[in-house]
Amino acid sequence: MSAARADGRLDKIVANVEDAVADVKDGATIMVGGFGDVGVPFALIDALLAQGARDLTIVSNNAGSGDTGVAKLLKRERVRKIICSFPKTAGSTVFEELYRAGRIELELTPQGTLAERMRAAGAGIGAFFTPTGAGTLLAAGKETRMLEGREQVLEYPIHADVALIRADRADRWGNLVYRKTARNFGPVMASAAKTTIVEVREIVALGALDPEAIITPGVFVQRVVETG
Amino acid sequence: MRKFSSDDIAARIARDIPAGSTVNLGIGQPTRVANHLPTDCDVILHSENGLLGMGPAPPKGEEDRDLINAGKFPVTQVTGASFFHSADSFAMMRGGHLDVCVLGAFQVSEHGDLANWFTGEPGAIPGVGGAMDLAIGAKRIFVMMDHVTRDGRPKLVASCAYPLTAPRCVSRVYTDLAVIDVTPQGFRARELCEGLSLADLQAATGAPIAAPA
Repeated sequence: MSAARADGRLDKIVANVEDAVADVKDGATIMVGGFGDVGVPFALIDALLAQGARDLTIVSNNAGSGDTGVAKLLKRERVRKIICSFPKTAGSTVFEELYRAGRIELELTPQGTLAERMRAAGAGIGAFFTPTGAGTLLAAGKETRMLEGREQVLEYPIHADVALIRADRADRWGNLVYRKTARNFGPVMASAAKTTIVEVREIVALGALDPEAIITPGVFVQRVVETG
Repeated sequence: MRKFSSDDIAARIARDIPAGSTVNLGIGQPTRVANHLPTDCDVILHSENGLLGMGPAPPKGEEDRDLINAGKFPVTQVTGASFFHSADSFAMMRGGHLDVCVLGAFQVSEHGDLANWFTGEPGAIPGVGGAMDLAIGAKRIFVMMDHVTRDGRPKLVASCAYPLTAPRCVSRVYTDLAVIDVTPQGFRARELCEGLSLADLQAATGAPIAAPA
């Protein structure tokens, strides 16, 4: 889908969250931004739930709390597998029940390795070695090598079909600024997905964002939708 | 015997953090250390979710929904604070840019192995978060924990029974009974709580512990 309008202008603004997620396919790998409840694209998740895509692989730091956010997708059994660092946030009972019943696959990844695997995907890096996890259960079965005097573990990038993230403001080119600790995984997820869909508090005119302060350049973003 | 209280331990750890340090305080008890840091010098607190210059909890009613710590509780930002994304936040850890990290633990071995993320018990839900990145990344790892479990078993051991967070990473352990260094020769006591003998401390410790130097 080209984002250029008939007049040749680049315009990534989508009218509503339903249109923004309309083409998500069953079996897709979807990154979902947020740390705890902060920076979670709740409106896009609700729209994805209504859209009905299933058999999803979700990549997210947490597994949602209560029955909001990612937990909502889990509860409605839309998720086959979750790649995350910390699924057991207080109140994450939906994940626990599915996991104990063997109805969801968990790929547990240290948080820094999770972020770096996304960064690698977005940056075109084929794999990397990290000291994190060496000598632990989470390195079981992985190739290791002695580098710079310490054991390091080979890790591969995580690519996604879709990233759903939240930012504070965007313009029609998809340039983004975030707010405080709501930034968290947004920038690396935006770079690692084929289609990055962003819900923002406010869409502003092109030129209204200070070029020196833009955190995610629009090249990493395909769709923006204002959700307030 | 007068055991060290949680606040005693937190204050003791705070005394070992040099002015100008950048520090990550783990979830739970270690967050208490923040209450004891000196106010007449700069110690910068790092929060894994993308904040350098973390301040104390806000007054009730003044929470900012976009400003939390690693434990997902509301915090504040100090003058000079910065925000960044998760890959940069963990580059700060892994890249050796944090001076000190204070973590809780299930067990610490005499080699400095740390077990603090997973009991491995059947049915337990594993969750690692940033624990492994912190353990391998910070220049010095301090552990703050009770000396023994609730049922009296040593948490300082010859070899960890729980899955490791990282091998050979802990430099000092602060407990309700003592301050203990992890040295190439094993545990060595630095300070004991009032009324505790080295023999008492040894009895509560699962590996040989040397007298203060």
